[in-house]
Amino acid sequence: MREHDIVIIGGGPAGLAAAVAARKEGIQDILILERDGVLGGILNQCIHNGFGLHTFKEELTGPEYAARFIDMVEAENIPYLLNTMVLDINKDKEVTIINREEGLTVIKARAIILAMGCRERPRGALNIPGYRPAGIYSAGTAQRFVNMEGKTVGKEVVILGSGDIGLIMARRMTLEGAKVKVVAELMPYSGGLKRNIVQCLDDYGIPLKLSHTIVDIQGKERVTGVTLAKVDENRRPIPGTEETISCDTLLLSVGLLPENELSRSAGVDLNPVTLGPLVDDSLETSAEGIFACGNVLHVHDLVDYVSEEAAMAGVSAASFVTIGQKTRTDFVEIAAEQGVRYTVPQRLDTEHMKDQITVRFRVADVYKDRYISVYYDGERVSHKKKRVLAPGEMEQVIIKKESLSEFPELKKIVICTEVE
Amino acid sequence: MKEMHYDAAIIGGGVIGSAIARELARYDMKICVADREEDVCSGTSKANSAIVHAGFDAYPGSLKAKFNLEGNRMMEELSKELDFSFIKNGSLVLCFSEEDRKGLEELYEKGVQNGVEGLSILSGDEVRKMEPNVTEQVVGALYAPTGGIVCPFGLTIALAENACDNGVEFLLNTEVTGIEKTSEGYDLTTNEGIIHATYVINAAGVYADEFHNMVSEEKLTIIPRKGDYLLLDKEAGTHVSHTIFQLPGKMGKGVLVTPTVHGNLLAGPTASDVESKEDVSTTAGELSDILTKAAFGVKNIPFRQVITSFSGLRAHEVGNDFVIGEVKDAPGFFDAAGIESPGLTSAPAIGVYVAELVAEKTGAKKKADFNPIRKGIIDTRKLTLEERSKLIKEDPRYGTIICRCEGVSEGEIVDSITRTLGAVSLDGIKRRVRAGMGRCQAGFCGPKTMEILARETGRDIEDICKNRPGSNMLEKEEGGAANERA
Amino acid sequence: METRELTCIRCPLGCQLKVTIEENEISVTGNSCNRGIEYGKKEVLSPTRMVTSSVRVKGGEHIMVSVKTSQDIPKDKIFDCMEEIRKVTVNAPVAIGDVIIKDCAGTGVSIVATRNVDTKS
Repeated sequence: MREHDIVIIGGGPAGLAAAVAARKEGIQDILILERDGVLGGILNQCIHNGFGLHTFKEELTGPEYAARFIDMVEAENIPYLLNTMVLDINKDKEVTIINREEGLTVIKARAIILAMGCRERPRGALNIPGYRPAGIYSAGTAQRFVNMEGKTVGKEVVILGSGDIGLIMARRMTLEGAKVKVVAELMPYSGGLKRNIVQCLDDYGIPLKLSHTIVDIQGKERVTGVTLAKVDENRRPIPGTEETISCDTLLLSVGLLPENELSRSAGVDLNPVTLGPLVDDSLETSAEGIFACGNVLHVHDLVDYVSEEAAMAGVSAASFVTIGQKTRTDFVEIAAEQGVRYTVPQRLDTEHMKDQITVRFRVADVYKDRYISVYYDGERVSHKKKRVLAPGEMEQVIIKKESLSEFPELKKIVICTEVE
Repeated sequence: MKEMHYDAAIIGGGVIGSAIARELARYDMKICVADREEDVCSGTSKANSAIVHAGFDAYPGSLKAKFNLEGNRMMEELSKELDFSFIKNGSLVLCFSEEDRKGLEELYEKGVQNGVEGLSILSGDEVRKMEPNVTEQVVGALYAPTGGIVCPFGLTIALAENACDNGVEFLLNTEVTGIEKTSEGYDLTTNEGIIHATYVINAAGVYADEFHNMVSEEKLTIIPRKGDYLLLDKEAGTHVSHTIFQLPGKMGKGVLVTPTVHGNLLAGPTASDVESKEDVSTTAGELSDILTKAAFGVKNIPFRQVITSFSGLRAHEVGNDFVIGEVKDAPGFFDAAGIESPGLTSAPAIGVYVAELVAEKTGAKKKADFNPIRKGIIDTRKLTLEERSKLIKEDPRYGTIICRCEGVSEGEIVDSITRTLGAVSLDGIKRRVRAGMGRCQAGFCGPKTMEILARETGRDIEDICKNRPGSNMLEKEEGGAANERA
Repeated sequence: METRELTCIRCPLGCQLKVTIEENEISVTGNSCNRGIEYGKKEVLSPTRMVTSSVRVKGGEHIMVSVKTSQDIPKDKIFDCMEEIRKVTVNAPVAIGDVIIKDCAGTGVSIVATRNVDTKS
């Protein structure tokens, strides 16, 4: 059986950054598996700017950001297979792949980095009632058609969900001559970045209707209209608030779901909130030698953080290959409480941890003037005020190894929000 | 106006029309199937519970009882002849209270009278032993080991393909709008011309009453009865292993929860009589009704994993039974009408019965060269590593995965387009090979599948439709330099 | 006197700014910090934006190449630029940074490629 030190599943931003980092740690035998015909993943269709401010200190478009990492992979001569789909990963870290050239092949990996990214939540998951005509697209699919294929998906558009891709597509479709009539958002706040609301909606006079949803879709062949209604605090449509809007296209930007079907087959435990693997501070999953990074781990809003996280996974996988299995100590649990929905990582290996680790998390609601606090076994060790916290913007706290020295018996770290 | 001549014209390319076509193809006759949609299996046959009923539910002595039993008994062998998915997973009818137990026993008695084999009544604990996710409220159940599940598209398309391979012509996008009695038989007016047919078989689903009433004074009334369904991700597919019905009781009619042959979990249907025979829109109320009702019988259904909802119309005839046979005051005109549940199960048997009726009337002889075998599209997921590698070596298109959720290769998609009665729309491909049927609902594979369909059928990608004409996925661009293709 | 309402995008707080323009005087209220004043002034004086799109490629491994304005352009020139961008078809190969349109729509700003597109093999 063919064997490799590190097999990376996915050649998007996470996979590429992980590969480069692992190579820098001295691992020669790396293989990237990419299902598409090119490297770069979803960045290739994200032609808008706003990428790379943290990583490269300049504002790049998606394809440019991807190209920087593709160039590094090429410069390092890291091997990759394109048009190659991974069908299965088993508990022995055997990866079954399929492509035109080799048919079905099984590759044995010493370490695996999961970097498969995420997919969009489809209409069905929302149970929007009505007909099922053509003209209903997830925002990312429309983005691919418009940006990569140069096609017109529609002329009169309603967008449900104010996730970033939806906002970006509102502007994009407008620039291409379509009329975007409204962006409706179920929640009382947008799931997207503020700058996208201003630059993609406000700039073009596109109304954003918060606390609204679609209660009916009309049209038997192609969409002819949708019915919008206001929702109450329990997100239930309020009778009498219905408004029908004619349109030929409905774009959905209603959330992203990490693609963890392969992780599951590999025996990796998942977190019910992130829908991604449970990881420790080295980004190792519950399956030994299998690491995860990027949107397959948890959905990010900035690619810069994906790259940073992926580099960490690359370094950890490299260390797993060279040093071998860590003698595991008891993990310290990192818990999300009081307004914090989840954290990544969810546990900390205090013995092997780096000098400092970044814990990323999202809050559950929009909060103003709240504190983010960190507790070590019930003792508050950090307490920082934030002017505003929003679910759409990922937050982070740094945990320094030296701060743990006074807590030799530490069992649990809590990250929470506090009013005072 | 185009003139077309046939010995027999079947109206409707659903499971009933296709089953009759396939059986009639055994005889030396010139036969056509006319359907208004772009593909077969586009009406009721595509949106139903996909159940092969055991046959305990129908009133003894009814046509429903007769054809259900016969169809159930035919299904396994037919699935081998025609290469479609069928699993005999057994079914359970849950009883929720001691007062309802009498109903359960009546059901058992009906089943025995109908000739259903292997029926037994289980205690609540016995049921939970078989199905750990059945709720504590359940006090007993009727167990029918002969119940099964089938792929409704697989069944219908297999029947139609086999009919087509044996000489039946399928006239698609052909809507029959009028029927007139002539001295030789009947003239069917369609948007594509006149079909002159000696015999007409009416298998028009929810519209069967309209065609019947064009030729007969004994009127039929078919009420479209809508049912909404929820389909869950394959991750939820093993939540139950049997098809789980609920005994109608004080909680109302109940809904079923069943695995599908493809490993998803299906819950539904609701039942509401609707005005329009085109109304296949789901409603919020009904969808939430499914959640509530399903939870009576099966606990912890992971409804977060719903990947799609859909709705279908049952052709409910007010007489409450199938209407099958030659119409008394319209000789040569045969009905297969009012085919609601257990219609899918009954289809193979109805096909044989109606074909024999028609053949007897015409005196047509059986053909010597009828080929009952149809080879389906290769399901690469069922091949071994070696078999699959060999296939890819022979045809590399089987090595390119297009639909990642369902693991469908380009080779399978191309086959679905280029074979007999091949797919012409995205829904047609989806029903044949499941591309776009999975958890992302064509988000990723949609653009690629469209490209393949355009390439294989020599059309522009802007002309690719989701299903019927007019359901184009993309807008045609106006002319100009921007429209030049690279 | 003219007043405009803006949402500051300098940080996630998203202050609702009220910008008042009077003769030579611009005043900003509703801000929480100085960055809000800066943002408000620039937005009413000379708002600029980057424009990104994609153009058709002939003979390339991909049929479209993504492009951007090499720097921000005045906001009111966005649609003029888009009109020019839509008319263009380029020949492969294209490299990141290649100028696709010089001085787009009289802005003095070029449209440059943001993706490498090789010739079709």
